[in-house]
Amino acid sequence: MTSATAIRAGDSETRMVQGDAIRLDDVNFLFTTKRASVEAVRDFSLRVEPGQFVCLVGPSGCGKSTVLKSVGGLIKPTSGTVTVSGTRVVGPRTDIGYVFQKAALLDWRGVKDNILLQAEMRGMARADASRKADALIEMVGLKGFEKSLPHELSGGMQQRVSLCRALLHEPPVLLMDEPFGALDALSRERMNVELHRVWRETGTSVLLVTHSISEAVYLGERVVVMSSRPGTVIADIDVPLPRDRDYIATMGAPEFQATTARVRSLLTE
Amino acid sequence: MSTQSSDTSTLTDDRTPAPARSQQVRKTKSLGDRTFDLIAASWRPAAVVVGLFIVWWVITTLGWVPAYLIPAPVDVWHTMTSSAGFLWANALVTIYETVAGFIIAAVGGIAIAMWIVYSPNAEKSLYPLLVFAQVIPKVAIAPLFVIWLGFGSAPKVLVAVLVAFFPVVVSTIAGLRSVDPDLLDLASTMGSSQWKTFRKIRFPASLPHVFSGLKVAATLAVIGAVVGEFVGANEGIGYVLLNANGNLNTPMLYAGLVILSAIGIVVFMVIEVAERVFIPWQPSRRVTATAAS
Ligand SMILES: Nc1ncnc2c1ncn2[C@@H]1O[C@H](COP(=O)(O)OP(=O)(O)OP(=O)(O)O)[C@@H](O)[C@H]1O
Ligand SMILES: [Mg+2]
Repeated sequence: MTSATAIRAGDSETRMVQGDAIRLDDVNFLFTTKRASVEAVRDFSLRVEPGQFVCLVGPSGCGKSTVLKSVGGLIKPTSGTVTVSGTRVVGPRTDIGYVFQKAALLDWRGVKDNILLQAEMRGMARADASRKADALIEMVGLKGFEKSLPHELSGGMQQRVSLCRALLHEPPVLLMDEPFGALDALSRERMNVELHRVWRETGTSVLLVTHSISEAVYLGERVVVMSSRPGTVIADIDVPLPRDRDYIATMGAPEFQATTARVRSLLTE
Repeated sequence: MSTQSSDTSTLTDDRTPAPARSQQVRKTKSLGDRTFDLIAASWRPAAVVVGLFIVWWVITTLGWVPAYLIPAPVDVWHTMTSSAGFLWANALVTIYETVAGFIIAAVGGIAIAMWIVYSPNAEKSLYPLLVFAQVIPKVAIAPLFVIWLGFGSAPKVLVAVLVAFFPVVVSTIAGLRSVDPDLLDLASTMGSSQWKTFRKIRFPASLPHVFSGLKVAATLAVIGAVVGEFVGANEGIGYVLLNANGNLNTPMLYAGLVILSAIGIVVFMVIEVAERVFIPWQPSRRVTATAAS
């Protein structure tokens, strides 16, 4: 364990009074299939403060998606507790926004209607939702594409639609599972800048899973590193960068490079 | 054509203002282009049909095969025009039986598939029964239906239903199960009810599968209706065929076959059109559209 973890733990203790946005305590996952039983996650504990941006990195198959799904209430851990916004997670949470690796759009709906699915399912007021959707479309630079079907969009554009959909109901917690994993390097950088701006503007708490170390360090206020299976937290690193981060400047900053180097060495150990 | 399809794919340039481009995408769907698509897609089968006709015509005019085995196209045409009223009346009967059988099979098949997908108990109890109903040779039990239901159209419709039912059930089940699990997870984070998830996500997502089942079912329904007529009928194209066969009236037999094929093709095409209307987003169609150009 690093000293950062210790400091962070103390920090969270004092802030617990306000309540954590996300909190996992000693979460374990044991998958039993016909052939074998796999211990996927072991004693995983994590706290995300309200408004904080935390990135989760780790080797493939270490249980990142599993942890994220458990926060969304999509799967139940074998043991341990998960809490979101102060209430125990017992089933699918509706007070979150979830972004998947694939955009997961409805092929038969245009951009705006795909975003409005969120409103329809929740029974939000139509006019209000429509206005919000327009604002989000504008924000992510998809104006003019409102009626385009997913197959007429690039992967990056599809993923932006998926982001808008996850933000429409202004969730206090945003969960993202390798949202930009399928994008080329350039679109990915652009999306990183956009997501960071969205986060600064909305103040939502974000837990983002990624394979990209530089993405994790650019986006996160904290980077949580997981061990290979059974996945558990091996380091929780504070990123010593200002909240307002210019992309190019950040890439060249010595703090950025030191942090990525540290994460990389932890991952290759 | 090719310029348009490449335009659609170059939409990847994110920041370009849309209007000019979406105009081009719209243009892909213009009536002129669709007609062109249709011609491009149908000239090959048309050529094959014309070729077969020529072979048929050559064989019969050269007298290689006696006319009571294969009548000349002219004779068949003559029969069709001279007995047009008779054939049409009988065709209507077969069309009615086919369409009724198909609709019942489609509605019932989709309903049962939904039941099976949503209820594990239904799957365990119903599915084996369905498979059993499928493997029984319909020709063998058709006489039983005549005993039960008489000589009217009911037993024919029933055979058509039984024949057409299974592909609808199987393809609808496959469709409902093919839904991206992420979409179902997404729906539950939206607090969606089962019914809303079905209506807005699962059912539309299953439509491409459903339609491929419906197409198979439609052609099978024609066969089912004719099989029903073979077993016991005094009207319908199946009856016409059986009668013509008994009288060695080969031109009439051929005329019946032509009409039967026509019914099958029309029913199939109606469903193709419905498919294009209901699922304009279907990936397989986009691929064929580019391949045709
Ligand atoms: N439903 C399941 N049944 C059985 N085993 C599972 C199941 N889901 C996940 N696992 C196992 O749990 C482990 C963690 O899976 P998970 O998808 O969370 O990994 P991940 O860290 O997200 O990997 P990646 O980075 O490749 O996406 C894997 O080894 C996988 O085999
Ligand atoms: Mg994963």
